[in-house]
Amino acid sequence: MLLSLLLVPVAAALVAFNLRSARLRWLVLLAGALAHSGVVVLLLVGGEPPAVGWLRLDALGLLFLSITSFVFLLVTVYVGAQRHEGLGQPERTFTGCLLLFLAAMTLVTLSQHLGLIWVAVEATTLASAPLIYHHRSARSLEAAWKYLVLCSVGIAIALLGTFLLALAGEGLPDPLLLPALLASAERLHPALLQAAFIFLLVGYGTKVGLAPLHTWLPDAHSEAPSPVSALLSGALLNTAFLALLRVWQVASAAGLGDFAGRLLVFFGLASLAVAAAFIVGQRDYKRMLAYSSVEHMGILALGVGLAGAASYGAMLHALNHSLAKALLFMVAGNILIAYGSKDIAEVRGVTRRLPWSGTLWIVGFLAIAGSPPFGLFMSELVILRETLAQGRVLLAVLYLGLLAAVFVGLAASFLRMAHGPATRPAAATRERWQAVAPPSILAVAVLLLGTYIPAPVAELLRRAAALLGGAP
Amino acid sequence: MTAVGDLLLVAVLLLGLALLGSSRLSTCIRLVALQGALISLLPAVLHGLSLGMHALVLVLAPLVAKGALIPWLLSRAIREAEVRREVEPFIGYTASLLLGALLTGAGFMVAARLPSLGGVSGLLPACALATVLVGGLLMVSRRKAVTQVIGYLVLENGIFLFGQSLATELPALVELGVLLDLLVGVFVMGIAIFHINREFDSIAVHELTALRD
Repeated sequence: MLLSLLLVPVAAALVAFNLRSARLRWLVLLAGALAHSGVVVLLLVGGEPPAVGWLRLDALGLLFLSITSFVFLLVTVYVGAQRHEGLGQPERTFTGCLLLFLAAMTLVTLSQHLGLIWVAVEATTLASAPLIYHHRSARSLEAAWKYLVLCSVGIAIALLGTFLLALAGEGLPDPLLLPALLASAERLHPALLQAAFIFLLVGYGTKVGLAPLHTWLPDAHSEAPSPVSALLSGALLNTAFLALLRVWQVASAAGLGDFAGRLLVFFGLASLAVAAAFIVGQRDYKRMLAYSSVEHMGILALGVGLAGAASYGAMLHALNHSLAKALLFMVAGNILIAYGSKDIAEVRGVTRRLPWSGTLWIVGFLAIAGSPPFGLFMSELVILRETLAQGRVLLAVLYLGLLAAVFVGLAASFLRMAHGPATRPAAATRERWQAVAPPSILAVAVLLLGTYIPAPVAELLRRAAALLGGAP
Repeated sequence: MTAVGDLLLVAVLLLGLALLGSSRLSTCIRLVALQGALISLLPAVLHGLSLGMHALVLVLAPLVAKGALIPWLLSRAIREAEVRREVEPFIGYTASLLLGALLTGAGFMVAARLPSLGGVSGLLPACALATVLVGGLLMVSRRKAVTQVIGYLVLENGIFLFGQSLATELPALVELGVLLDLLVGVFVMGIAIFHINREFDSIAVHELTALRD
């Protein structure tokens, strides 16, 4: 069962690498994504499957796996629209790498061995770099190069941290196996564990996009083809964050929760501040969305670092953010094709020219900026409540202030783009169903999460938060 | 720790410093290949040569990857991109050598403060950290994309070396996975270098500055 989650995308990738027909390749991609999410649905319904070696699916893994699989499936449908226009025919490398990317992310969510998690996180970088320079333009090459070099070095630092963790667990039969580490956490060498946590936080934090290690993120997100941007923000960042959460689990089980929490809160606030500074006055709308991802990763770090009820808020936020950001990058892709520009100043009257996408653009803005009744409002509120409950008033004020600054910055750009007279042909352009159906589904989902969280979802989130040591 | 082991470690350190002073890219590739090969031999020297399949794979696989495959991929990349030497590094060769010496000292100082490491000689973690720092210096001080990859390889070598100070061996699957990632990484970077060369007519990274806020 667990192995099929890895074998399906890898097999589909091998087929895609060897197919001549572009249409068939897209069908293979779709079939791979459908089969993958089919298995995930079975797992969601059927309860915990038997472990296979180091592969085990706990609540945290299941949560992030479901997000990844769902977003990937919708992105695949969306690729169907993009291949007629901006994307060009999805060539072999593109389709194959997409599927390998899915396999690598799946491996991160399944793995219970920190060494294997490292291997899988690095594999996500390698599988996604060719996707970023799909267009082969000077700018996309620059973005891909930065992404490759910065993330590889970051991940190398995480490897150093992994070795330090193994040193801290000297004497255990396998000092990197998560269940063993958690079971005998109090035996770990505290100073070495602290050092390991710092290295792992910096290493995986680079991949998560926590400021000031986020510099690759805006470039990669803005230059990648839009479906890839949606995957990077909606799935990859979360997956890297999961790697960080595994380390957090060990640190907090070993009684280093305060130390690790302070670091996470610091990085979280720094990310919020940097994102706010660059969102206000941003000229490129895909970069603006990328900085918004930095902001939300910061909120996740903040939530986990605060622990308590905020852990639940962070898990809910991870889910909400993935849905909303994938929605926005898809719509941004539609706008980019219609207007041929990523410049906010050159895009006017989206609601008139692209009625569906324009409406979704506004819905997406309200969702991502955290206004009620969308899911992100709820999760940001849970985190705020916990901050106040812990009596950290200054932190709460900073958090609210930065959120407000981001809101204002986003509002100015989004609304200017959505309204106003359409710059070029004022008549509405026909929109393909594949281009608007996936973001519409995401919009409904994120709206639903704000008003009523279905019981099974709430249960999964609670179990995931419990693994992080947070109270529901 | 045997005398041979200590000798190997010193050689690894010196190779790192030699890299800091070399401008010919083909020389750099040979130096980093040699460094990688020496480090792959280290487990055999440290833990003795046992002829089990497991040990053989864990010594031979990195030896072939770091000593032969990766240098071959890099040589192909510089041949296709037609670059031979590093031009005007951000930090000159003499200055880099001095900085390298300082960083080596820093590596030794940090390693001295590490809690006892399972009975392995103090030289190992010190050399490992120094190599990591030298690799980092190479990455930030040079202009060519290829040299950045070489710096990354030195960094990885250092981390790999650090892994050798673990008393418990990592599972073979993880070691091979790390190696595979490195190999594929260099492969993807090689392709990227090729495309960058075609697009910019040079592979100097300082020209990659279109993206900024």
